[in-house]
Amino acid sequence: MDIKEIKSKFPIFTNKVKGKKLVYLDSANSSQKPKAVIDRISNFYSKEFSNVGRSMHSLAVTATNRFEETRDLIKNFINAKFREEIIFTKNATEGINLIAATYGEKFIQDKDEIIITELEHHANYVPWHFLRKRKGAVIKFAECDKHGEVSIDSIKKLITSKTKLIAVTHVSNVTGTILPLSKIIDLAKTKKIPVLIDGCQGAPHIKLDMQKLDCDFYVMSCHKMYGPTGVGILYAKKKWLDELPPYQGGGGMIDEVKKDEISFPESPTKFEAGTLQTAEIVGFAESIRFIENIGIKNITQHEKEITEYGLEKLKKNNSVSIIGDPKERGAIISFTIKGIHPHDIATILDDDGVAIRAGHHCCQILHEKMGVPATARASLGIYNSKEDIDILNESINKCNKIFNN
Amino acid sequence: MDLKELYQEIILDHGKNPRNKKKCDGFNKDAKGNNPLCGDKVHVFLKLNDEKQVEDISFEGEGCAISIASASIMTEIIKGKDFNVAKKILENFINMLKEGSKPSINSLSDNENTTIMSLSGVKQFPMRVKCATLAWHTFLHAAEDNKKVVNTEK
Ligand SMILES: Cc1ncc(COP(=O)(O)O)c(C=O)c1O
Repeated sequence: MDIKEIKSKFPIFTNKVKGKKLVYLDSANSSQKPKAVIDRISNFYSKEFSNVGRSMHSLAVTATNRFEETRDLIKNFINAKFREEIIFTKNATEGINLIAATYGEKFIQDKDEIIITELEHHANYVPWHFLRKRKGAVIKFAECDKHGEVSIDSIKKLITSKTKLIAVTHVSNVTGTILPLSKIIDLAKTKKIPVLIDGCQGAPHIKLDMQKLDCDFYVMSCHKMYGPTGVGILYAKKKWLDELPPYQGGGGMIDEVKKDEISFPESPTKFEAGTLQTAEIVGFAESIRFIENIGIKNITQHEKEITEYGLEKLKKNNSVSIIGDPKERGAIISFTIKGIHPHDIATILDDDGVAIRAGHHCCQILHEKMGVPATARASLGIYNSKEDIDILNESINKCNKIFNN
Repeated sequence: MDLKELYQEIILDHGKNPRNKKKCDGFNKDAKGNNPLCGDKVHVFLKLNDEKQVEDISFEGEGCAISIASASIMTEIIKGKDFNVAKKILENFINMLKEGSKPSINSLSDNENTTIMSLSGVKQFPMRVKCATLAWHTFLHAAEDNKKVVNTEK
């Protein structure tokens, strides 16, 4: 695989940052976009745009077809059984809120329990907190150990007859831990508990097969998948989508509207109220094509190689402590440097064109658990190389120099 | 944008060995401040006497070198000042970071001036201005009995 050639497809890398070449290590936050995606959006607006699914004119027909093509591509990309199982949202956060609102409305009563983990992003905690406030639900946290792992036992011991949902991340956006999803889902199935997966850090890096994985819900954010901002995907098993009430109300999601009664269509229409991010959804088709042209397994392999190189390099650097040490790790390395706050690290690295993220990464529970208020995080995409890691490491040495460590 | 201007010796020193980082004895006012985006926290303790003079001031908290140094420098400079003078210094300081204006504070000694000016480089790093101003806003809340937690995102 020629990473240079792949990287050349991303216009952002032709720009300099502070006179230096950009070393982008913030893909877990949001990935950069290939030219094909950017061009597709621009072309769509120039030549094919109109609103979808509403008008009769030919532009509307084209736009609708393009829009629905993306749904089909996604269905195949994640091997869902039905295209109706793919719901467009504005991001993963909205996908989780949709399930919390609709599943919560119908199935959660006072004292019912929802199991999440200490690794979760706030997006997979706060929506359940709303249910705690609104419905009296109880949130239980499966413990993460010092390696950043959540064992199947730590989930098992929380399950009771009141457990109504297990909601876990696929990959931690801090420690990079890949959770044992199959085991969790198998366990949940024996107890007939539905499982929601926050796939933000899984979908861009790991081959997905919804029929094999057999989870009930899986959410993604397209902007982390070489796609546009403003688009998310909620995969949900059809049986749930048939059963759940609509989320937001408005145009496009109705069947028949009378003064005293309104009826709703089936999924996905039922859950897609109002005009969606039409051009971005059309553009996202190119992101999937981009990923599939390289091959998601090749992406996993390449990122694994660079992650391992990064771990090896940073572990040799005495000033650096790596947060978590999971056996199965995605393309994420979070770290601290003795005596230097992560924000100062980020500012100094930025001076060398190295873009990382510093802070709690929307995971305050995890940071508290790990006993650090903040961490610095390097996260990878297909465009990263060993050279990027070398520059990162040198820049870390510069932090130490400035702080006289 | 020069890193050396941001991380001057004075700042590194205050960041590593912050002054007045404790709960001061006999404080009669306090306030908290948060930077929710990055998790920085500060708690300012203030002893304001009947003449409205800052008899003692201290802080506790966690954050980056800039936020800790700024809090430390603030306590050093404001301690012993009249509240009205302290408020003027604060306004000047914030203007310096936001608009780049030179602080014109007659009441500061040369030494104090050098110390406060060491933070002027922060202006060139817009993402870091909040780090440098957090403790100062929190001081004001404490002095004015504003019970609201200072939040840099509001
Ligand atoms: C694990 C995880 N969950 C959820 C999110 C939220 O994603 P978004 O802001 O795109 O909804 C993120 C992204 O920061 C994430 O890393």
